[in-house]
Amino acid sequence: MLRISHAIGLVLTFAAALVATSPAFALTPDEVLASIRKEAAAAPGFQGFSAARGESFFKEKHGGEWSCSSCHTDNPAALGKHAKTSKTIQPLAPAANPERFTDMAKVEKWFKRNCNDVLSRACTPQEKGDVLTYLLTIRK
Amino acid sequence: MLPNGKNIFRWVSVAALVMCGTMSVARSSDDNGKHDDGGKVVRFTQTDPRYQQECATCHIAYPPGLLSTDSWRKIMSGLDNHFGTDASLSAKENEEITAFLVDNSCDFWGAEVSPLRITETDWFQREHNSYVIPPETWKNPVVKSPANCPACHLESEHGDFSERYIRLPN
Repeated sequence: MLRISHAIGLVLTFAAALVATSPAFALTPDEVLASIRKEAAAAPGFQGFSAARGESFFKEKHGGEWSCSSCHTDNPAALGKHAKTSKTIQPLAPAANPERFTDMAKVEKWFKRNCNDVLSRACTPQEKGDVLTYLLTIRK
Repeated sequence: MLPNGKNIFRWVSVAALVMCGTMSVARSSDDNGKHDDGGKVVRFTQTDPRYQQECATCHIAYPPGLLSTDSWRKIMSGLDNHFGTDASLSAKENEEITAFLVDNSCDFWGAEVSPLRITETDWFQREHNSYVIPPETWKNPVVKSPANCPACHLESEHGDFSERYIRLPN
């Protein structure tokens, strides 16, 4: 009995250690996109995402001073530069930066911040999905 | 050499830096806050991984000792509109980062008005006045903004503001 509980304890400890040391990329960008799609599909008339629409959305201004590309540049696989502080920003396209779009909380946090900066409102799931679809078409 | 009229402000700000540096040394178990350039603290070594992650994406991790407790509290309570951009955090992240900033803040920086910008503090303006920095330097597109410390302080991203790492861009 003691041995069994010991063994279970060992297995649990090992499993916990595995979880703790596994890479921080909890999701793949495709899984993040799937999660956004689920949200977008709830809207009536949803017809899927479009990379072309995402690209225009990314590069155009939306009534404010900035577009997405003001900081991330017209090439999201390249290094960006903060429009105000000039601080270097790591590439946004997952092909160039595997850390991108692997953590749902982080994705939501940055969409909230940056959509407010660019559009002065939250982005719709459709807009987020279009942009991510566009970013996923970019090769290094 | 004793301070005379024109230099007195510079001496006061140096004294303030030394005092805050002493405080940061006392707080840390390792050699925190290096003194050179005539006793002035020019290296800030307090870091926090959450502060780095959440704040240093858009600008350098400004050393917490460059602002007062009140200034940091005001900044951290208004992140939804952080100098014109949305830098909002979750309540938990906000609480943790505020604690780090406040713990390492410095109230010797003419804190009575608690400016939100480091560049509005009295000491910053004295250290960067037109005798020290030619006005055309501020207009240089490489500098762009006085918030862009690394344009001249090459090691500022690592908290090192010592004179040996200052280069005014051409």
